[in-house]
Amino acid sequence: MQQSEKNELTALRRDIAKRRRWDVIFGLIGLGATLIGVIVLFALFTDLVLDGYRHVVQEEFYFNFPSRRPERAGIYSAWVGTALVMIVTFLAAAPLGVAAAVYLEEYAPKNWLTELIEINVTNLAAVPSIVYGLLALGLFVYILDFGQSILTAGLTLALMILPVVIVATREALRAIPQHIKEAAYALGATRWQVVSDHLVPYASGGILTGVIIGMARAIGETAPVITIGALTFIAFLPPMPFAGDPPAGPFDWLFSPFTVLPIQMFNWLSRPQSEFHSLAAGVGIVIIVATLLMNGLAIWLRYRIRRNLTW
Amino acid sequence: MKLRNTLSLVATLAVAGVVTTPAVTFAAEEIVKIDGSSTVYPVTEAVAEEFQTAQRGKVKVTVGISGTGGGFKKFCRGETDISNASRPILEKEMKLCAENGIQYIELPVAFDALTVVIHPKNTWAEEMTVAELNKMWAPEAQGVITNWKQVSPRFPDRPLKLAGAGSDSGTFDYFTEAIVGKAKSSRGDYLASEDDNVVVQFVSSDENALGYFGLAYYLENQDKLKAVKIKKDENSPAVAPSVETVNNGTYQPLSRPIFIYVNAKAAKEKPEVREFVAFYLKHAGKLAKEVGYVNLPDQAYELAMKNFQAMKTGTVFGGHAEVGVRVEELLAREAKQ
Repeated sequence: MQQSEKNELTALRRDIAKRRRWDVIFGLIGLGATLIGVIVLFALFTDLVLDGYRHVVQEEFYFNFPSRRPERAGIYSAWVGTALVMIVTFLAAAPLGVAAAVYLEEYAPKNWLTELIEINVTNLAAVPSIVYGLLALGLFVYILDFGQSILTAGLTLALMILPVVIVATREALRAIPQHIKEAAYALGATRWQVVSDHLVPYASGGILTGVIIGMARAIGETAPVITIGALTFIAFLPPMPFAGDPPAGPFDWLFSPFTVLPIQMFNWLSRPQSEFHSLAAGVGIVIIVATLLMNGLAIWLRYRIRRNLTW
Repeated sequence: MKLRNTLSLVATLAVAGVVTTPAVTFAAEEIVKIDGSSTVYPVTEAVAEEFQTAQRGKVKVTVGISGTGGGFKKFCRGETDISNASRPILEKEMKLCAENGIQYIELPVAFDALTVVIHPKNTWAEEMTVAELNKMWAPEAQGVITNWKQVSPRFPDRPLKLAGAGSDSGTFDYFTEAIVGKAKSSRGDYLASEDDNVVVQFVSSDENALGYFGLAYYLENQDKLKAVKIKKDENSPAVAPSVETVNNGTYQPLSRPIFIYVNAKAAKEKPEVREFVAFYLKHAGKLAKEVGYVNLPDQAYELAMKNFQAMKTGTVFGGHAEVGVRVEELLAREAKQ
C-alpha cells in the first residue's frame, strides 16, 4: 500500500519535473529567438562600424561634397538633403495625420463609408514604398509640376508615413479615459474645445511617437525617392532663404534638386573601388545612428509627457 | 497650452509653404542637368566635380543615374540638358526625341572595355574565342550548357557557373550584341545583377565561375580575378583587356565607346551647358583614365569638339549599336536625325 503510494508520488514528481523541463526549454528557445534579432543587428552594426569608423569620426566627411577621390568625398549635400526632406515630411504628415485621426475618432459618423476609410488607412500602411514613389511621380512631379525637388520628396514620404501617424494618433486618443471627455462635454464644451483643449494635448506624447517612428522609417527610404528623380551627384546646397545674390526667396529651397543619404550610400556601394565601399559603410552608420536617435527621442518624449499627465 | 501653440504654428507654416511655393521658380539659376547611364556616371561625375571647382560654384551641375534608357526618356522629354549613354541612341528613343522636337549632339567621351573574368585558380580558360563565349551565353544554351566540357572539349569536366549584367543595363546590351550577335539576346539562367560588385564577389569565390563587367571593376579587383584573353576568331591572337589594347583597337569586339548626348537647344541657349561640354571634351581623357576607363585618342576629342562647335546634330549609328568601329571613323561620319 505504502509502496504504491510512494511509486505514485515519484511518478508525479517525475511528471512535474518533465513539465518544468519544458518550461526551461521554451524559455531558452524564446531567449534564442529574441537574441537572434539583436545579435544579427549587432553583428551588422559592428561590421559597418569596423568598415566605416574612420570616416564617421572625421569632420570633413560631413562637410565635403561627393568626389571621385574617396579621400576627399563627403556627405554634405546628402545629409542636408535628408534633413530638409525630413522637415517637409514632418510639416506635412503631422497636421494631416492628426487631423485625419481626430476626425475619424471624434467626428466621423459610424457608417460604412467611415469603415471603408478606416480599412483603407490600415491597408495603406502595408503598401510598398515604391508605389508611393510612382504615385508621387505622376501627381507631384508631372500634374502639380513641383519638379524633382525637396518638396516632392518630402510630400511623398509624408504620404507614406501618414497611415502610421493616423494609427498612432488614434491609439493615443483612445487611451485617454472616457470620463475626461464626458466631464468636458458635461460642462458644455463643444467638440472642438474638447479636441483642442484636452484630447490632442493629452495624446501629444503618442502622436509625437507615431510621427517620429514614421520619420525614422522614411529616413532610410530609397525606392520612392529614386523614383521621383533624386540625383546622385550634387555638389551644392539648396539656396538658403534670403542669402546669395540675388537673394533667394524664402521657399526656393523647396524646389531645389537634392540627394539623400541612402542614395549616396547606394552609389558608393556600387563603385569598383573598395575605398568607396568603406565610405558607404560610414553613411550606413550615420543613417542607423539617426534612426536610433529618433526612436530614442520618441521613447523619451512619450515618457516625459506621460509623466506630467495624471487622471 | 504651449504644445498646442507649437502644433498650430507648425500647421500654419505647412499650409503657407504649400500655398505660396508653386509661384516661385528659379529661372536665374545656372544649372546643367545630366542624367543617364551608371557606366558613364563616374566620368561625368569627375568632370562635373572639376568643372564646379574651376567655376568656383557659379554654375551648378547635377548628375543622376537612371540608366541609359531611363536617361534618354528624360532627355527626349526635354527634362535634362545632357544624357549619359553607354550605347548609341536607339530607334525608338530617336523617335521620342523627334516627337518632342529635341535635337541632340552625339559625343563619344571614353572607351569602356567589357572584361570577361574567371577565378584566379582557373587555368583552362585563360584564352577564349568569341565563338566559345557565344556558345556559353546564347539563349539556346539556357539549361543545356551547364558544364565547361560542353563549351569546348579542351575544357575540364566541371560545372559552369555564370554571372553578368542585368537586362536593364547598357553593358548587357553591348555584351550580347558583341558576343551573341543580337542585342538583349542572352540565356537567362545566370546570376544577373545591376551591381557589378555582386559579380566580382560571385566569380572570386567560385573556381568554376565566369562573369563579365566593365574594365574598371577588373582593374580594382586584379588580386581576386583573372581577365580572359579574347580571340576574335580561331586564328587571331588572344588579347587581354588593357588601356593599350583598347586604345590601339586590338581588344575586339568587347571594347566600346561611351557617349554623352547634348541637347542642341540647351547648347545654343545656355552658355553654361556650352562651357561644360567644352570642359568635358578637354579633360575627359585624363579624368576617364583616373576613374578606370580608357581615354579616346587625342584627335578623337578634337574631332568631337569640332562636331560640337559645328552643332552637328543627330546620330551616326542609325538606331543600332555597332561592334568594333573606330571612334575617328564614327566622328567623321554623316549623322542621321
